[in-house]
Amino acid sequence: MTAPPAPVLRAVDVTKVYGGTQALKGVSLDILPGRVTVLFGENGAGKSTLMKILSAVESPTTGQVQLDGQVVEFGSARDAADRGISIIHQELSLCPNLSIQDNLFLGRERIHRGLFLDRRAQRSAAAQVLGRLDDALNPDLPVSELRLGQQQLVEIARALLQNARILIMDEPTSALSAPEVEVLFQVIHELKAHGVAIVYISHHLEEALDIADDVAVLRDGSMVATARAADVDLAWVVRKMVGREQDDLFPVRDPKLGPVALETVELSVADPANPDRLAVDGVSLTVRAGETVGVYGLMGSGRTELMECLAGRLPAASGEVRLHGEPVTGGVRQRIRAGLALVPEDRQRDGLVQTMSVGQNLSLAAVTRFVRRLIVDRGGERQAVQSMISDVTVKTAGPDAPIGSLSGGNQQKVVIGKALMTGPRVLLLDEPSRGVDVAAKADVFELMARQAERGLAVLFTTSEAEEALHIPDRLLVLVRGRLVADLRAGEITRDRLMSLADGADTSEETSHV
Amino acid sequence: MSDTLTNDHAALAGQRRQAAAEARRLKTLNTIFELRAFIALGVLIIVFSLLSDSFLTVDNLITMTKHVAINAVLALGMLLVILKGGIDLSVGSIVGLSGVIAGELLQGVHLSLFGVIAYPPVWAVVILCVAAGAVVGTINGILVTRLNVAPFIATLGMLYVARGAALLISGGTTYPDLAGDPSTHNTGFDWIGGGRPLGLPVAIWIMIILAVLIAVLLRSTAFGRWLYATGGNERATQLSGVPVQRVKTIVYMVSGACAAMSGLIIASELTSAAPQAGDSFELNAIAAVVIGGAALSGGRGTVRGTLVGAFVIGFLADGLVILGVSTFWQIVIKGTVIVVAVILDQSQQRFQRRGAAASAVAVAAAAEPEPATAARSDR
Repeated sequence: MTAPPAPVLRAVDVTKVYGGTQALKGVSLDILPGRVTVLFGENGAGKSTLMKILSAVESPTTGQVQLDGQVVEFGSARDAADRGISIIHQELSLCPNLSIQDNLFLGRERIHRGLFLDRRAQRSAAAQVLGRLDDALNPDLPVSELRLGQQQLVEIARALLQNARILIMDEPTSALSAPEVEVLFQVIHELKAHGVAIVYISHHLEEALDIADDVAVLRDGSMVATARAADVDLAWVVRKMVGREQDDLFPVRDPKLGPVALETVELSVADPANPDRLAVDGVSLTVRAGETVGVYGLMGSGRTELMECLAGRLPAASGEVRLHGEPVTGGVRQRIRAGLALVPEDRQRDGLVQTMSVGQNLSLAAVTRFVRRLIVDRGGERQAVQSMISDVTVKTAGPDAPIGSLSGGNQQKVVIGKALMTGPRVLLLDEPSRGVDVAAKADVFELMARQAERGLAVLFTTSEAEEALHIPDRLLVLVRGRLVADLRAGEITRDRLMSLADGADTSEETSHV
Repeated sequence: MSDTLTNDHAALAGQRRQAAAEARRLKTLNTIFELRAFIALGVLIIVFSLLSDSFLTVDNLITMTKHVAINAVLALGMLLVILKGGIDLSVGSIVGLSGVIAGELLQGVHLSLFGVIAYPPVWAVVILCVAAGAVVGTINGILVTRLNVAPFIATLGMLYVARGAALLISGGTTYPDLAGDPSTHNTGFDWIGGGRPLGLPVAIWIMIILAVLIAVLLRSTAFGRWLYATGGNERATQLSGVPVQRVKTIVYMVSGACAAMSGLIIASELTSAAPQAGDSFELNAIAAVVIGGAALSGGRGTVRGTLVGAFVIGFLADGLVILGVSTFWQIVIKGTVIVVAVILDQSQQRFQRRGAAASAVAVAAAAEPEPATAARSDR
């Protein structure tokens, strides 16, 4: 074995404190040229913070970043990019209305005679760098005509044009189809051959382990293990991420189950961002009255598309949704009438009207129930709103308080209250614990449990293993749009769940599918 | 240990007091800002009545209010469109079109099939004109909702189409004498512009009735709630099962009908209908809504504010005429008032956000004297 090359980029004893929480606790990491370093860790382990520090989006509270053995302090992300460090985010940062070429040189246009765009120089440089990635990409094509995977290649091309020697990729495959992932991996191999150091983050453990040369595992802000990828396997990675050796089984609950309330039969949904791909692929599931069912899925698993299709926001590509045995069709309005209510994932964008009060937000979906002879019975509405506020335990000055005066957790309770005011028989919650603090999370889950006790069928999604294991009576695991497991509470351990969700194992564990 | 605890409590109490004081101060400022359109109107009236003896007389006030009514009727329809987060540039042209249709109908409709000339009665003329305005508005609505044309563009197109239609129908000439003829039983059109039931001109009654109807629509019906919500966050509203597309189409329809009503008032006052009538009236209507505190981004605005806005614009214009200020200066002053109104509105929004933040702090602090129990106690 040859001696490893000197690291191009090093984090040395880096600490990062946000307010009162310590996101990174003295982390050190060496990034070697011509190798892929994969960073593993659960949500909140500190991966993103470390990436932000390496790419100079944030500066460390203590500790150093060294580039080529020299301590560096970047003034800005642009400064870091000028010195060869580029980061490719999950959300691509391209202007869809501009051509590939214009995007590649955005903010770094080649100028001649001090004023004019040097299009010829730009085009030849663009063609050269694109040729290394994908021959089909014409620099003059508008980005809006590219598939998502191709757009990602344009991002990579932009990094290469900036002579990136270190390329940081955050969840690059989450929205890609399988062939697009193939292309990406080929590109990564080529970049390695050119001596580029790659830092790679992905929730898809097996896939990430496949292309890794070096492996680093973060847990609770500390670097718990580093190794050569050749020396470790998936089980090792999961153990290090979870921090426990033995399998803990969780106790089985005993909910009072009614008849099947919600049922899907071979339901498929096209990915709205990438119509070539099915976001949900032939999912059949049932939820019974009084039952809380969790859907565990990582980013890009199709969990949001599944929920939005059930709620009538996205059309089904094929398959059927049944409510109490009856097929349901139509848009959001019809489904709310039929008894399906959704608490959307993005509270600000899809859940709340910021210009209205707490009370008006709560009654928005159900305001017609208070109409008497065309006029809204405001007394009745206020009473119902008041009782919902205490029912879902919203902490607020009153129904007239502006919605913006509430904390994230209380805003989430308002969105749940709004869904409950429609009198649903099935409650759908997409990532109900997203962006709320720990205390409010507990409230939200208690609220869900109470609704189930009242006989509602509750279906929620989560990307956190802890929630998936503890909250639902039954757990479904969604991987790349397919349901790979249907498990009763306590039937699975955390390790198994994580390797399942990663798509490493689709054969066993499917006890009911 | 206990020392630091008491210190913490003292500090917390201090913070709470500060936050509460800040919230009170901001609330006062906010109230002043909210009443700014009223204050502006009051200042206008005082200044003009000091400068001119003929300003503050009953006759003059009624005359000015009659002028205001024409714009206010347009502005009330515009308010609905702006609440939705849209804009309706076509209303001025609908004013002209409505007058021309009235003129054409009152002159008599040649029914060549039967070889007779029909003279529809005035009530039918009014209904047909308002319906025509509603149809034009509905076309705007369909362009915006079904065909995804931006409201600015859709209604800009309709601004030209409706004006062109008015010119085509009239052949470019004015319909003189719309008073009708007793022999054809279609007299009475001039009553809309000239009648004075209970001492007030019909135009003012129309404004009052329309304002009350729209105020009830906005405050007390599900439709009103849906409209505010659509303007505030269309995605969230749609996901709440609200028929957002229908709401949007209806507001353009109502705006078109209001514009047609305004066109009838003008044609009746002049007892003649010119195809050019109402040119650039859409801008006055938008100005009234904006001065009245509505947000062009949607979701915020009131009938009361819009009326006050219409009065500010109308009284300002008429007052300057009475004072003999040059027309050119009048235009400059009107433009300045509109921009100042929006600047004030922006600062009010800032105050309101700070006020909300301060009272949130106060609420949080009040709820948190014993953190451990506070979380449990209101379960």
